[in-house]
Amino acid sequence: MTHLTRRRFGALAGASALALSSPALLRAQTAGRLVVIGGGFGGASAARFARIHYPDVSVTLVEPWDRFITCPYGNLILGGMKTLADITHSYDGLRARGVEVIHDRATAIDPESHRVRLEGGTELDYDKLILSPGIALRWGAIEGYDEAAAGIFPHAWMGGDGSQITLLRQQIEALPEGGVVGLAIPANPFRCPPGPYERISMIAHYLKQANPTAKILAFDAKEGFSKQGLFQDAWAELYGDMIEWVPSNQDGRIVRVDPANRLFVSEFGTEHRVDVGNVIPPQYAAAIARDSGLADESGWVPVDPRSFAARMAPDIHVIGDASLASPLPKSGFMANSTAKIAVAAALAELTGSAPPADPVYFNTCYSHAGEDYAFSVVGIFRPAEDGFAETPDSGGTSPRGPLAEMAETRALEAEYADAWYASITQDMFS
Amino acid sequence: MNARFHRAAMTAVLLAAGAAQAEPSSGLLLAQPCAGCHGQDGAGQGATPAIAGLDREAFLEAWAAFRADARPATVMNRITKGYTEEEAALLADHFASLQ
Repeated sequence: MTHLTRRRFGALAGASALALSSPALLRAQTAGRLVVIGGGFGGASAARFARIHYPDVSVTLVEPWDRFITCPYGNLILGGMKTLADITHSYDGLRARGVEVIHDRATAIDPESHRVRLEGGTELDYDKLILSPGIALRWGAIEGYDEAAAGIFPHAWMGGDGSQITLLRQQIEALPEGGVVGLAIPANPFRCPPGPYERISMIAHYLKQANPTAKILAFDAKEGFSKQGLFQDAWAELYGDMIEWVPSNQDGRIVRVDPANRLFVSEFGTEHRVDVGNVIPPQYAAAIARDSGLADESGWVPVDPRSFAARMAPDIHVIGDASLASPLPKSGFMANSTAKIAVAAALAELTGSAPPADPVYFNTCYSHAGEDYAFSVVGIFRPAEDGFAETPDSGGTSPRGPLAEMAETRALEAEYADAWYASITQDMFS
Repeated sequence: MNARFHRAAMTAVLLAAGAAQAEPSSGLLLAQPCAGCHGQDGAGQGATPAIAGLDREAFLEAWAAFRADARPATVMNRITKGYTEEEAALLADHFASLQ
């Protein structure tokens, strides 16, 4: 027995004696310690859900940033429809509910001793850990694309301090008349599958008014993408020939960038000069997940489909974009949905009861393609024999059709998308 | 070993305390994603209607109509097809129980 365990057992035994003499002390959250790493769609939803439904469990949330800037709706900043303030959220609501929020970066997890070390030196003991750290960018996976290059060719694919999306917006505003905006889009899997295409749409929405002779060249490492028909219909209907999408089978995969000379270089050596370059590089799970030995060779974390327990460490539940859970998309709604099942499973185990029976994982992703013009994809997923499966004959994308017939539906979905954003951020932070 | 020992200690605490933890019901868990659009506890949000306190039969009638494509819809027709009748009943009970 280690010193640590002995010390903790002593503390717990004390708590037990107190609880016996005073049931009110149950509200002192003595039933266990849940630590949540990452305050985004997965982590904030998990912390809030646990705080509301498990009053006897203490909940600590570790998040480096002192406010959260969402990736969803970030593209609307590019379109001029939203500001950074509109998509910035405070952790005060979670604090008011009794979540202990620590603004620090988790640097190490010891699954054996159930302990998390933070950059600032703090060490946290946990009974159950929810790990929702998000993604990291694979610097260097595209030759020449490192952190310095992101100062010239922004990725704007992580909220962070908002500087990346702000930089991209400024660059697009400063685009020379008739200039070229280039995007490099990765192969699957990556965060927010329809995100790059919503981004293309929102940039086009802005340029149509501000710089109508500008061009958008979207280079893709794939041959197809999420909601492709709907996006391409919208591009043709709304933006004429402003947008050109170049799939991988037409040499669309960008393998090298040269920010100083503003060049994208394709797999077969074609050089494309761009005035603004948005490079969305390949991704993997955030460092804390990989450094803790939870990820497999793919760089993502394999999980149990009923509990999101990491295959490599069953007391650590890994949710959100860091998990390897195909066909579940790496989306904010998916992270929110899986967060609650993971919390229920983790805390059921802590109390010695059965995990949630027959969990259902739910996703709806809205994309804005223009003003009053949005559409969606719905997915309902369940645990399968060796992973996850989409429920047959359900979900899917909004119907296609000529704008004259579909205008009302597209406008309604734009309104519902706004309601989604308001609802889901309340479900995380209120 | 340490983890198991620790878990045993935790269980002891819970047993001693009378295991007061009330776990969320399957209805509550199933209803969680609804809050992603319909507001907290189905209270409604912007253009998305409230479903809290909806009469059980009215809920199930609307659900069945969406599922059969017999009622105009944007996403609910696609969503309802992903759930069983038993799950729809749990959702109906859950939202009927909320004010």
